[in-house]
Amino acid sequence: MGGMLEKGIVRFSLVLLLIVGGLALSAPWLGLPDPEEVNLAAKLSAPSAQHLLGTDHLGRDVLSRLIFGSRVSIGSVFVILLLIVVFSTLAGTLAGFAEGAVDNVIMRICDIFLTFPTLILAMFFVGVLGTGLTNVIIAIFLTHWAWYARIVRGIVLSLKSREFVLAARVAGTSTFRLVVRHILPSLAPQVLVLSTLDIGHMMLHVAGLSFLGLGVQPPLPEWGVMIGDARQFIWTQPQLLLYPGLAIFIVVMAFNLLGDAMRDALDRSGMLEEGVK
Amino acid sequence: MNGLISVKGVHRRYRRGGFFKVADSLHVLRGVDMEIREGEAVGLVGRSGCGKSTLGRIVLGLERPDEGTVLYDGQDIFSGEEKSFREFRRNVQVVFQNVQGSVNPRMTAGEIVAEPLRNFLGLSKKEAVERARPLLEQVGLKNSDADKIPGHFSGGELQRVCIARALAPEPKAIVFDEAVSSLDMLVQARVLDLIRKIRDERGLACLFISHDLRVVAGLCDEVALMVDGVIAATERSVAALAASGHPAI
Amino acid sequence: MSSLLEVRNLRVETVASPVRELLRGVSFDVRAGKTTCLVGASGSGKSLSCLSVPGLLPHGVRRTGGEIYFRGSSSRNSDRGDRIDSPETMKSLRGSVISMVMQNPMSCFDPVFSIENHFRETLRAHGVRGRRAMDEKIAAALAEVGFKDDPKIRHAYPFQLSGGMLQRIMLAIALMLDPELLIADEATSDLDTVAQARVLDLIDEARQRRRMGVLLVTHDFGVVARMADYVLVMEDGEVVERGPVASLFEHPSHDCTKALLVAHGKLSAHMAEEERAV
Repeated sequence: MGGMLEKGIVRFSLVLLLIVGGLALSAPWLGLPDPEEVNLAAKLSAPSAQHLLGTDHLGRDVLSRLIFGSRVSIGSVFVILLLIVVFSTLAGTLAGFAEGAVDNVIMRICDIFLTFPTLILAMFFVGVLGTGLTNVIIAIFLTHWAWYARIVRGIVLSLKSREFVLAARVAGTSTFRLVVRHILPSLAPQVLVLSTLDIGHMMLHVAGLSFLGLGVQPPLPEWGVMIGDARQFIWTQPQLLLYPGLAIFIVVMAFNLLGDAMRDALDRSGMLEEGVK
Repeated sequence: MNGLISVKGVHRRYRRGGFFKVADSLHVLRGVDMEIREGEAVGLVGRSGCGKSTLGRIVLGLERPDEGTVLYDGQDIFSGEEKSFREFRRNVQVVFQNVQGSVNPRMTAGEIVAEPLRNFLGLSKKEAVERARPLLEQVGLKNSDADKIPGHFSGGELQRVCIARALAPEPKAIVFDEAVSSLDMLVQARVLDLIRKIRDERGLACLFISHDLRVVAGLCDEVALMVDGVIAATERSVAALAASGHPAI
Repeated sequence: MSSLLEVRNLRVETVASPVRELLRGVSFDVRAGKTTCLVGASGSGKSLSCLSVPGLLPHGVRRTGGEIYFRGSSSRNSDRGDRIDSPETMKSLRGSVISMVMQNPMSCFDPVFSIENHFRETLRAHGVRGRRAMDEKIAAALAEVGFKDDPKIRHAYPFQLSGGMLQRIMLAIALMLDPELLIADEATSDLDTVAQARVLDLIDEARQRRRMGVLLVTHDFGVVARMADYVLVMEDGEVVERGPVASLFEHPSHDCTKALLVAHGKLSAHMAEEERAV
């Protein structure tokens, strides 16, 4: 995947994401003001030495909330993706490999989950499970796993008829070893690329639900919540809306560019595998 | 006299949806009978798409026929009995046409050849790779090639690795499915020499599937011509087949 | 008699380091109405040589030297031919004056478009307008490759056709705009022997009928024996032997040629042996 970093904008995205990630991980040790500390005396103040980006309507430091918020906005997405990748790979591989009745059952279950528009289904789950970050994570996992399972199943089905898998079967390899040694390593890069491309999309879901008040609850800082809070100040203090909005925009864009570059790199190396003669 | 591998009345259909409005299913194999005796090389020739490779996969136990039986050593390979199936698997190996596609690109040549040894002999990875080294030498490669990955081999060399893998469990029969078709002529001739040598040394039974008569000539004891899913003619040599005046030749 | 195509001292090397020279001063000619064959093992540089002519070198490789002259019917310089190795000139000749048929027919077709669409796309790209004009050209092209009585072929999609049929259609598209030079890069290597014979026959007939020059790349000496008037044997990026086909078969001098002939001979010898036995 080395060729991926040829384009300047991809390098820039990677660096940006590394910086954002670094800040997010080291947040507690950066000496920032407490993002949840309410100080009504200092509410809606302009940028100053103490508060580099000013404060919000409850006197909380905006920069601090942005940085601590990134932990939630981005971190939650990684947790969701981890759950999805593990579960969907299991389900998809099982469906693709076993075929027949097992495949049918799993695919019908997927169909049910896939019929509903994601945000609506997520809202339903949150309605049933209640609000809060954990439930947002569960809800978004439930709405997305089926799509991944389908894709994994498709890849497994096509890999099953490839000669190296057939050759391994003739060589006496057990089904378990076949999956672990031959199928998963081919599956992994494709799933990785898909997930990277999806990070932005899921961030928007988390933020969206939180914006609607259905997700993360105050005082936990999160970019979607910040936008929701700032709605009332759109004419008077537009920057309160702009900061978290820009943050989401930039990070989502960076992940998308990275994902695109990874997918192109994968396409190229995939083509190389076939083209060698 | 029954052969090592007996194919009787095999039918295979593939269902296709959508564009094929007339026939819902593709009747690829329409009642195939074939015998491969111990130590005998049988050639299977025919146009692309006549069903040769499908028959190859069925003989290898990779696909089940819709009708008919395949017997190995008198036993039905699809009977479900695990022990006899393992015995069959061990003794009937394969070399495919798509050389690059037949190997896991992330495994070394040694690991590729070791795989059947680990599966059938229960060896550990290390032991199996060590046993693989002399096998690679037998097919004309070097001992040290065991540590190279497929990307570092040429097409002809990689096919030799695949042949070594097929030989590893010491099978009684090998199916060569268009095994030299994607190699250029010079390499083809050399690989065919190797296959001939192996056959002579080990007395293996072979099923040699090819669309090119030249390849099959001089290698096979018997040649079968497949046309539209059935064996249309079987002769003792390619020339006899040609002389029989069958239109497809 | 001057040649239709003259390639002199072609040099091609890799772009990425370590820089390797893949073609080291390759020269060859193609005459109108005759077939020149480039033959050699994989990696000998024959494909690169033939891809250089229409300027279709793959990614990661570049031309560093040599000249290519083409003396077509519209050439101003009747003595030697015009130099065509600038990208713009090559682009203008590609598809119309110089046409190509490649190895893997399936990968040259877009699976979501019908055969007819492929024809139309090519015609449109070369300025042919009007449904009737297009239909006439398509029907003529298909007839030329043996599909005269099969009108349904036009509406078929690539996956419904066999490799041999697709290659014949590729040939039809290549011949449709009346090229003066046809380049076939391992055009039959992926086909079974019967389909191969058919496609080669079609190329040969077209060559005679149209007085077209043919540059054929192959690894199979059987194809050379059947098609070539003039042969160049390549090894490691160089031409190691050249000559009229008969003299090459009868008096090969270079080791590489001899090795290829031996391999070809071995393959055909068994057939001959068996024929004698019958």
